[in-house]
Amino acid sequence: MDILRFITAGSVDDGKSTLIGRLLYDTKNILADQLEAVERASKTRGDGEIDLALLTDGLRSEREQGITIDVAYKYFQTDKRKFISIDAPGHIQYTRNMVTGASNADLAIILVDARQGVIEQTRRHSLITSLLNIPHIVVAINKMDLVGYSEDRFLEIAQDYQQLAHKLGIKKLKIIPVSALAGDNIVDKSLAMPWYTGHTMLQYLESVDVLNALNLTDARFSVQYVLRPQTEDLHDYRGYAGLVQSGVFRKGDAITVFPSEQTAKIAKIEQYGQEIEEARAGMSVTILLETDVDVSRGYLLAKSDNLPVLSQDVEATICWMDDRKELKVGGKYTLQHGTTRTRCSVRGIEYRIDVNNYEQIEGIATLKLNDIAKVVLRTAQPLAYDTYQNNRATGAAILIDETSNVTVGACMLA
Amino acid sequence: MTVIEQNIPPSGVRGLSLDILEAEAIYIMREVAGQFERPALLFSGGKDSITLVRLAQKAFAPGKIPFPLVHIDTGHNFPEATQYRDWLANEVGAKLIVRQVEDTIKAKGLTEPTGKNASRNWLQTHTLLDTIEEFEFDACIGGARRDEEKARAKERIFSFRDEFGQWDPKRQRPELWNLFNGKISKGENVRCFPISNWTELDVWSYMEREGIPLPSIYFSHQREMILRDGNLLANADFIFKDESDVIVTKTVRFRTVGDMTCTAAVESEADTIERVVAEIKATRISERGETRIDDQQTEAAMEDRKKGGYF
Repeated sequence: MDILRFITAGSVDDGKSTLIGRLLYDTKNILADQLEAVERASKTRGDGEIDLALLTDGLRSEREQGITIDVAYKYFQTDKRKFISIDAPGHIQYTRNMVTGASNADLAIILVDARQGVIEQTRRHSLITSLLNIPHIVVAINKMDLVGYSEDRFLEIAQDYQQLAHKLGIKKLKIIPVSALAGDNIVDKSLAMPWYTGHTMLQYLESVDVLNALNLTDARFSVQYVLRPQTEDLHDYRGYAGLVQSGVFRKGDAITVFPSEQTAKIAKIEQYGQEIEEARAGMSVTILLETDVDVSRGYLLAKSDNLPVLSQDVEATICWMDDRKELKVGGKYTLQHGTTRTRCSVRGIEYRIDVNNYEQIEGIATLKLNDIAKVVLRTAQPLAYDTYQNNRATGAAILIDETSNVTVGACMLA
Repeated sequence: MTVIEQNIPPSGVRGLSLDILEAEAIYIMREVAGQFERPALLFSGGKDSITLVRLAQKAFAPGKIPFPLVHIDTGHNFPEATQYRDWLANEVGAKLIVRQVEDTIKAKGLTEPTGKNASRNWLQTHTLLDTIEEFEFDACIGGARRDEEKARAKERIFSFRDEFGQWDPKRQRPELWNLFNGKISKGENVRCFPISNWTELDVWSYMEREGIPLPSIYFSHQREMILRDGNLLANADFIFKDESDVIVTKTVRFRTVGDMTCTAAVESEADTIERVVAEIKATRISERGETRIDDQQTEAAMEDRKKGGYF
């Protein structure tokens, strides 16, 4: 059994929380006391029926306002797979939260209200999922019960969306007509829409391929910690503990160390103290080298036959996340990439992307909260990276404000 | 090599959820060790923190765990859990720091809640914050899981706390990809949660797979209990009782292990880890709902405690 992490994009009005609630409810992942609590809360609010959306609203202020402010995680499982649902708010003022939630998702569910069709918000959510390079996109055309379960309406919206997907280069797309409130095509096949013969939402979530979405081509390893036990029997031991960000490493592989560009061979790979033959993307391991080269936290090891870019000049698509300060050309920040931190300055803003109509707006000097733009950065130390489109693991970086220490930018390197 | 190290079974079956969760948790452990100068692991003797200790062992093998285990002792712990704590710290060769809530109460003249359902849960926060200050810990690793409780479902893996130890749910740092931002100023600290994405069943399944010994209270045993409002509390001298409380002897196990004052037991015959896992799979009641009297009090009990500096 593996794990699928998915994000739901849409607003409360689209039925996003209801969709998650329905998935949990129909897969029997809601426990008796949790259901009772929701029933109690629904009654207090005077709602006639159980409000499944209340299952995901966590904070007191969210319950009071009936909205989702922050990213919430829900866990459930079926016989086939475990699921981590990432529930992020949908309004434009929470774009940064959606970017945050999307960064770890294998799949995105984009909700469209069948009465409204593809609207500005749909375009915004689709742009974010495509910028974040989420491998699978599912469009849930929701509230089909409110359009008389009309096949024509479904086909009309599906066609509109396909045009949009084409424009954004979204490849793995699935479109499903649903009613989260009534439970149509979420877990059980809808009796009201016999014209739809495809997967239900759950069937699709259970069947998409997660492992294939991992990059197994570019072997990259971020060094987190140098293990030197210095005990009697291990006094020469020097192991580099870290994560295989992508690709596969084997004993005997020739590797190049970044940023120093020294080369060495892998003497041994250990996992939790035991020797293993190969280490693949996503595994936490310890690598020992045949020769002594200078390696410490923040270094990147790559297989020598396939190297990352090494440069101080980096282009990135950035989502600005600071609500107190704007990003300014010339501004200096700490850039965190893998386990490396280096200072960087913003050399220029090439253009800002209008998230609603995808227009590129040039001549911009500052970025505000939730703005998405193409920027040029100059780093103090050369950065070893891959493009985000090719490698989500080594193409991602964050910017940290040097005085407040807050994470202020999400960067997808180009 | 200690006994526990020799017992670590080979992992590496790929694509399985426990392996994925383990690799992720170990990555987080190593980020804590790499990013902070003085981390500590908050250890309660409960199954979640026992899981953390195993993960820390694996993360730094063949070396030792490079930070101390810290226990904030309310004085109301189960004796079995305290004994286990001492045994485990010794077994893995980790430094153990214990601070007593009792001492904080005396030193600061704190008023202790009295009467029925009185608990030192809130007071624990004072001792924790004092201990963080005393040792200048900049990071505290905790065993909180997002599936436990709805305020926890919103919390970051690296959760920033200000100089007063407070959590501000509305001003959390964005947490993107696996890039954890542990940058802080002096006096602030970060609570780090490596098993955020684990469920209760994951923890139990991991215990079973790893063959980790657990305190005996997790398994079925006979005990003198107080029957109160449908909950079964272990009887102890320091628990306030009145005439409505009924003392009964029951065959029970504990699903969570917190203070004796606020942890309820479940009636169970499950005396092995396999049988416990089977029961957890079949249960229809959540962990905290069934066993934590402190969370049953208001809908936002945990949110309020966390804002005050609780882990």
